[in-house]
Amino acid sequence: MITLQHMLTLSGVLFALAIAGIFLNRKNVILLLMCIELMLLAVNFSFVSFSRFLGDLDGQVFVFFVLTVAAAEAAIGLAILVVLFRERRSINVEDLDTLKG
Amino acid sequence: MFVQVLFYAFSAVLIASALGVIVARNPVYSALSLVLAFFTSAALWLLIEAEFLAIVLVLVYVGAVMVLFLFVVMMLDLNTTSLRQGFARYAWLGWLTALAVIVQMVGVFWFRGLGIDATQGAVARSAEVSNTRELGEVLYTQYVYPFELASVVLLVAIVAAITLTMRRRPGLKPQDVAKQVAVRREDRVRLVKGLGPKAKSSGESAASAEEGQS
Repeated sequence: MITLQHMLTLSGVLFALAIAGIFLNRKNVILLLMCIELMLLAVNFSFVSFSRFLGDLDGQVFVFFVLTVAAAEAAIGLAILVVLFRERRSINVEDLDTLKG
Repeated sequence: MFVQVLFYAFSAVLIASALGVIVARNPVYSALSLVLAFFTSAALWLLIEAEFLAIVLVLVYVGAVMVLFLFVVMMLDLNTTSLRQGFARYAWLGWLTALAVIVQMVGVFWFRGLGIDATQGAVARSAEVSNTRELGEVLYTQYVYPFELASVVLLVAIVAAITLTMRRRPGLKPQDVAKQVAVRREDRVRLVKGLGPKAKSSGESAASAEEGQS
């Protein structure tokens, strides 16, 4: 029998791997976006599991909205990325130093 | 038992593909691993009977978002070697953080407890219950206002993505529809007097018509 513990552990491992991915690929903006998608997937995982294992539908409705916002975020993020690449010919985070921060 | 075997198999594939996303040398392989991760997640959601969201995950994520990712990755001419410089420098920090998160999560879920009974299976449902119908009933009554807000978010995303990526290149000669519509007859047609059959007979008027043409 699959229990809530199994699902939540899987979601936690997925989230931890996404965090590691952000540390590892901190120069590549595309991979940072992908790691954010992975994080959102892990969060959705726990939402769906709580919803199914506690018998409350609201969790699944929330996942629906998270998917919507994530799709919008990916579209705008990639559009910004394309504009950025057109301007600087690079998507390396270290080249984005116009603000001298 | 069979369900448990399936769960462990899909979990292994999911974790392996997540690892593939973060350590792949080529961003294209990362994107493809992410597609695999979404597919296995959809399978796992089917396993705990969240059918509608599983299908939506495949349709929206694999069908739209990941195709967009792949498109952008392949369109940009990336210099992957410079992007991977210093890959190993902070890798230990990343793995350490991941390990800490996993240890804490496992500690909470398996030893400390969440204050609820987390060792039970999913809530049993009869075979006639449709997950899509259930979700639709809640979504279009109780959550109808957030639902419409979500559609506005998508509209804003469409407009933002188009305006961000649209550009005017110098040297192009695009049609200006407003100018085309606003044109008057006088801008295009010029009537030249004296080119009829009568005028051809008299040399004088023909000469003046030629002058007018030139």
